[in-house]
Amino acid sequence: MAEVWIPPRMQSITRGQEQVQVGGATVRQILNNLEKEYPGIKEELVYEDDIMPGIAVIIDGETGNLGMLDKVQENSEIHFLPAISGG
Amino acid sequence: MLDYKPNIVLSNQEYNVVGTRPIRHDGLDKVTGRARYGADINLPGLLYGKILRSPHAHARIKSIDTSKAEALPGVKAVVTYKDFVQISDKAADVGEGEIRNIGFMSRNCMAHEKALYKGHAIAAVAAASQHVAEEAAALISVEYEVLPPVLRAKDAMKDDAPLLHEGLVTVAEAMGAGGTSDDGTGGSNVCKHFEHRLGDIEKGFQEADVIVEREFSTEAVHQGYIEPHTATALWDDDDNITVWSSSQGQFAMREQTAKLVGVPISKVKCIPMEIGGGFGGKTITYVEPVAAALSRKSKQPVKVTMSRIEVFEGTGPTSGTNIWVKMGATKDGRITAAETKLVYEAGAFPGSPVGGGARCMFAPYDIPNGYIDAMDVVVNKPKVAAYRAPGAPAAAFAVEQVVDDICEQIGMDPLEFRLLNASKEGTRQIVGPVFGSIGNVETLEATRDHPHYSSPLEGPYKGRGVASGFWGNGGGPASAIASVNPDGTVSLVEGSPDIGGTRVVVAMQLAEVLGIPVEDVKPSVGDTDSIGFTSPTGGSSVAYKTGLACYEAAQDIKRQMMQRAATVWETSVDNVDYQDGALSHRDDPNLRISFKDMAERLNNNGGPIVGRATVNDRRNGNAFATHIVDVEVDPETGKVDILRYTAVQDCGKAIHPSYVEGQIQGGAVQGIGWALNEEYFFNENGQMMNSSFLDYRMPTSLDLPMIDTVIVEVPHGGHPFAIRGVAELPLVPPMAAIANAVQDAIGVRMTQLPMSPGRILEALEEKNGAGS
Repeated sequence: MAEVWIPPRMQSITRGQEQVQVGGATVRQILNNLEKEYPGIKEELVYEDDIMPGIAVIIDGETGNLGMLDKVQENSEIHFLPAISGG
Repeated sequence: MLDYKPNIVLSNQEYNVVGTRPIRHDGLDKVTGRARYGADINLPGLLYGKILRSPHAHARIKSIDTSKAEALPGVKAVVTYKDFVQISDKAADVGEGEIRNIGFMSRNCMAHEKALYKGHAIAAVAAASQHVAEEAAALISVEYEVLPPVLRAKDAMKDDAPLLHEGLVTVAEAMGAGGTSDDGTGGSNVCKHFEHRLGDIEKGFQEADVIVEREFSTEAVHQGYIEPHTATALWDDDDNITVWSSSQGQFAMREQTAKLVGVPISKVKCIPMEIGGGFGGKTITYVEPVAAALSRKSKQPVKVTMSRIEVFEGTGPTSGTNIWVKMGATKDGRITAAETKLVYEAGAFPGSPVGGGARCMFAPYDIPNGYIDAMDVVVNKPKVAAYRAPGAPAAAFAVEQVVDDICEQIGMDPLEFRLLNASKEGTRQIVGPVFGSIGNVETLEATRDHPHYSSPLEGPYKGRGVASGFWGNGGGPASAIASVNPDGTVSLVEGSPDIGGTRVVVAMQLAEVLGIPVEDVKPSVGDTDSIGFTSPTGGSSVAYKTGLACYEAAQDIKRQMMQRAATVWETSVDNVDYQDGALSHRDDPNLRISFKDMAERLNNNGGPIVGRATVNDRRNGNAFATHIVDVEVDPETGKVDILRYTAVQDCGKAIHPSYVEGQIQGGAVQGIGWALNEEYFFNENGQMMNSSFLDYRMPTSLDLPMIDTVIVEVPHGGHPFAIRGVAELPLVPPMAAIANAVQDAIGVRMTQLPMSPGRILEALEEKNGAGS
């Protein structure tokens, strides 16, 4: 299963867990499964079936290109970080 | 004469075009004055716009009377916020997919209920001449209820601070666009608050032999682009709007203008003019919607061009910041823990680059235990905009000085310390993700080995400093269309406004694939009706993303050319080779035709060939830089002279080394200005007191030595030519490097920017007084 790193200020939803193991082959599946286990977390990260604006999904160290549609490997590590914009 | 160190090439792939230094296609036009910038547009019946701006930093707008202005002969239109779409700024009303609260953007473009900074747009006039427009603007009567301004983030965070936006919601993470509460009650000036945590921070500090803790502050600084914002708009009888403007993204201008004036984006066509600098500041619309609204009302084209004062007071600088850093290390030089609190001013509306500061500040180091606490705070100053590596330079100013202090306390060479603790492939960042292939170690080694670092620096009041920096580089959607011409040239239309020589850089990538000279490619930047969506020229992304689109468009041409040759030679495409700009039959050496000759025959053997590509790739490589600087401080005047400067940076493969060097030099120079002189200086009423280039002191060539550059080429696997973004990172290390050099020169730790003569003298007096 993929390992999802929970942003510190959302760890109250995951009962203090900093990382959680979640199944799924895409970011969307990961988030849906995460929501089943920890109700309320999806609305912090998703807006109308897309990643919340301002959030970057980092999969195995690389910024995802496709948001909810990005592929996730069995042993992937996923982070949700504040997106940074360039100048 | 400085020693010149050639590029350090770690990639082993050789190219024909990539890595060379051709003359840019737009060069002659730009040096002869033929190039057309935004203000060069002139249309029949053109009117001139003038924006009336708030004299107060914080005031409620009770009424606006435009009748006298409208009655002035020559005036064709007057607009206020009522002439724009009324967009809610409630968090609950932020639309789908919005990264920004458009209600806030609309209010920044034209004040609605309140003026939130001195220079905030209140109304605008279109008239037959600029002078009449200015006279009319002065006739607009605005009744203000003047409110106390709050100018410092620390003050804005106090419980009794005046609120800029009643009901402003603090977003729990650096996520979402934010906004005000549904009922407008409560509220805060803190618009975002987020954290990052790794390991056990208390245990990390317990393991440290040395702990250094300092607080730093920086002031707002402007990008200082030469060309002021300008836009000309024509709203025609069919409600189609054409906008000519110089910006960093014609598609962003189209979207923002359409939203603010309330039309579908298909009704807006944005034509990108040449741009006289942006550095992040021209990613946001200020004058395009105003020109459009004036054109709608006057039924004539309207041009709005800012003065320099308007640029300073009415557009976005970068944030003023307050940064506390604590780091611990062992006696043998291992960092055990790092902690920070970042408070960034957003200006009048939410959205500082504090996220960038948080992501980048500790990235050069492998730190097992860390904690980052970050806040975005509104104050009565112009809404900040992006500026080269947004958020990272101020954070580096803080961290790199603390690192320098640790090195001094444990007696270790600062580059050896950095090498010992350097992040590398596999290092987990405090913000979470693990680095892939990066060139931090290679960059530090190149810095250590540079003759500058080992050269003698003799004499009193002279010092040497080093500092490192990191930037994550961006990507995004990009498009390219390449048409093969009968004479064997290729007309290339791409979507990225060219700020730093990107036309030639993306054309080189196309030429490399096709095996033709780059002089045979004719690149141009398309308008929003001529090329597919391309995200703005920002995030050091263009060589990467638009270059990738051009690479793919060239591959498309190549495929079609090979298919065409197969048709002509009555064989399978599998029997056709394409190499060095020529097609050949694998089994028949007599069948060979050059790209140029095939291009001439296309219309007789199947028709034109057009290559096209769209990409959406955000994997632009992470990049590191380390700078060395020598300074001399005049103890009588406090003036700091830059004696020598060397900037070393991992750029992946440098497509056009001259423009890579230029970007590094330009970034370093902006950093020198930020370090020594530049700041927005406000009086207690929030009025900027130095809103001209006479008083806002930017460095000139007379202030600077040659900026020596070293390009380290650690390949990035995400791009066919292994490139990384270049342009923003050079602004990250300079302020810290100069501060470390000043410390070395006079033994004073400068924790405030700018390190102006007055501040240096104050610091010297404090030091000498303490010692006497």
